[in-house]
Amino acid sequence: MMQPDAKTQLEIYRRMSLLVTNDERSRQVIKAGRLVMPYYSYRGQEVIPATLMTLLNDDDYLCTIYRGIHDMLAKGMPLKKLWAEIAGRVDGTCKGKGGPMHLTYPSRGIMVTTGIVGSTMPIANGLAWGAQLEGKGQVSIATFGDGASNIGAFHESLNMAAVWKLPVVFVCQNNLYGEHTRYERSTSAARIADRGIAYDMPGVRVDGNDPFAMYAAAKEAVDRARRGGGPTLLECMTYRFHGHVFGDADAYMDKAEKQAAIQADPFPRYRADLIARNIATEAELDAIDAKFAAEIDEAVEFALKSPFPEQNELITDVYGELA
Amino acid sequence: MSEGAGTIGKEAKLEKNNVIQAVNRALTDAMEADDRVLILGEDVADPEEGGIAGITKGLSTRFGERRVRSTPISEQAIVGAAIGASLIGWKPVAEIMLMNFTTVAMDMIVNHAAKLRYMSGGQTNVPIVIRTMTGSGFSSGGQHSDYFEAWFAHTAGMKVVAPSNPADAYGMMREAIDDPDPVLFIENLPSYWVQGPAAEKGHRVPIGKANVSMAGTDVTIVSYSRVLNEVLAAQAMMAEAGVSAEIVDLRTIAPWDQQAVLKSVRKTGRCLVVHEAVKPFGVGAEIAAVVQKELFGLLKAPVERLGAPLASVPFSRPLEEAFAPRAQEIARTAILMVKGG
Repeated sequence: MMQPDAKTQLEIYRRMSLLVTNDERSRQVIKAGRLVMPYYSYRGQEVIPATLMTLLNDDDYLCTIYRGIHDMLAKGMPLKKLWAEIAGRVDGTCKGKGGPMHLTYPSRGIMVTTGIVGSTMPIANGLAWGAQLEGKGQVSIATFGDGASNIGAFHESLNMAAVWKLPVVFVCQNNLYGEHTRYERSTSAARIADRGIAYDMPGVRVDGNDPFAMYAAAKEAVDRARRGGGPTLLECMTYRFHGHVFGDADAYMDKAEKQAAIQADPFPRYRADLIARNIATEAELDAIDAKFAAEIDEAVEFALKSPFPEQNELITDVYGELA
Repeated sequence: MSEGAGTIGKEAKLEKNNVIQAVNRALTDAMEADDRVLILGEDVADPEEGGIAGITKGLSTRFGERRVRSTPISEQAIVGAAIGASLIGWKPVAEIMLMNFTTVAMDMIVNHAAKLRYMSGGQTNVPIVIRTMTGSGFSSGGQHSDYFEAWFAHTAGMKVVAPSNPADAYGMMREAIDDPDPVLFIENLPSYWVQGPAAEKGHRVPIGKANVSMAGTDVTIVSYSRVLNEVLAAQAMMAEAGVSAEIVDLRTIAPWDQQAVLKSVRKTGRCLVVHEAVKPFGVGAEIAAVVQKELFGLLKAPVERLGAPLASVPFSRPLEEAFAPRAQEIARTAILMVKGG
């Protein structure tokens, strides 16, 4: 198995720390009534983007979903721009017009965030087609949940990507729930990865909570795309620590299973592992955590002080100007 | 290369052509002028004969299958691929073979192509063209002939055009390809082979500009796409009855040329809107509302609309022939508006 080097291991930790802290702060801020927004917690799924995004460059493309703030932060979305956007403020990456489900940040390749299940994949293909024509070895990533593997766009997109040998990686974050419905009650295949076979594409299931396994699988898929070897379907097994949307009582989730998943939280496990293997000291990791906590606090205050957009923004950006 | 599409070397001056040839020439000239123009859709490459009507014939041979790609029958994937490529500077022209098939790609068109500019606060835009064909009169029945332009015109971020003749088809396709926003380009299948004056190479018809096809004094008839030709035929019947019609070819449905329509109605005092789409909640309703609001005191008659009845396009020939407004009905309605009942 291809193990990340020590520097990358630490980089993965940094991104996990950022994501974990950001999720905790998001829920606190909403709970305190300081911010009103629909929030789809990604807590529990951090390993996937924290590893995958270390393999990507700024000019590689990402299409992500409403439960995708972890993907964006790991791909380089600046905290202040993110927080101002989810607060609906003018300093947000989309001037507050996109919100938490529609963040965009092209300078880091964050091209589309969609609130429609399954819709990252057709567009990621187009970005991959453009990259293929450009010939510079860029890759395109579509992330989505397990539920999205049951929608037509998934099947259309995997087929087209395979026929056209596109440099795209389909990253399924299988957290075992599609909205409120458990995996087995909605999905015929025991493994989503097996659906790759139907499209003559490598389908790989990986423990998405294991940073090294995740890194190795993602590296193989990204490398394949980069060298013109075509698409990969990556099924990353994980677990969603919270309900579908913040505030939902998640009574439909198995309590014992959820408790066990939280007990096995990959973040403290990875942290202990890094210390045990002398990759970093506890103090060093504490410093990383503290740095992000401070940056996030600063971003929250920045966002809440940022003005709302002017009223004329209501009707701008509907159409462009002719060149 | 299809006949009349030749732009290689010194081309003999083309006097007449049909819409198939005009769109083919427009695509050829656009691809020649800008190597970021791409084409994708079902059957569009030459091994598949350049599409069911041969609109894209010759293009993959000339420009290569990297730029002209036949796709699986996967409308969401087609529009999605066009959107994605357009986000990074390519100019894809996606063919959705028939307008009814746009329904399969509605999420990509409405939730993504139309909205990404707005939702991104102007950071990204989607300069794609979606070519599609439709129209009753081809014995295709209920799922191959509908005009759904009102749906798209009702979607913020979309532009919708529907040329009525080959020269406009050429000029509007060239503009649509260079437009910074998604443009739905509606072609009429039954009138594909009707000849008309050929556009000069490089001819442009701005999006959002109507054309007065025929000047007149008594009544303004606003129309677009194939039924504009029914309106032109009706004009002759009206002339015999001593009624002079001014015919405004809207050409662009969204954003429609309010100024041109209001200018004409200000002159004639009467307005009739004619389209093939079903009448309730159609484009005619929007135009009627604006004309009545802006020119209420000047109108000599209520604004009238003609469109298909609220029905599916039928297969049986006599029923299909009765579906879209015909010249006689248009003439009768307009004459009644002028002369009274």
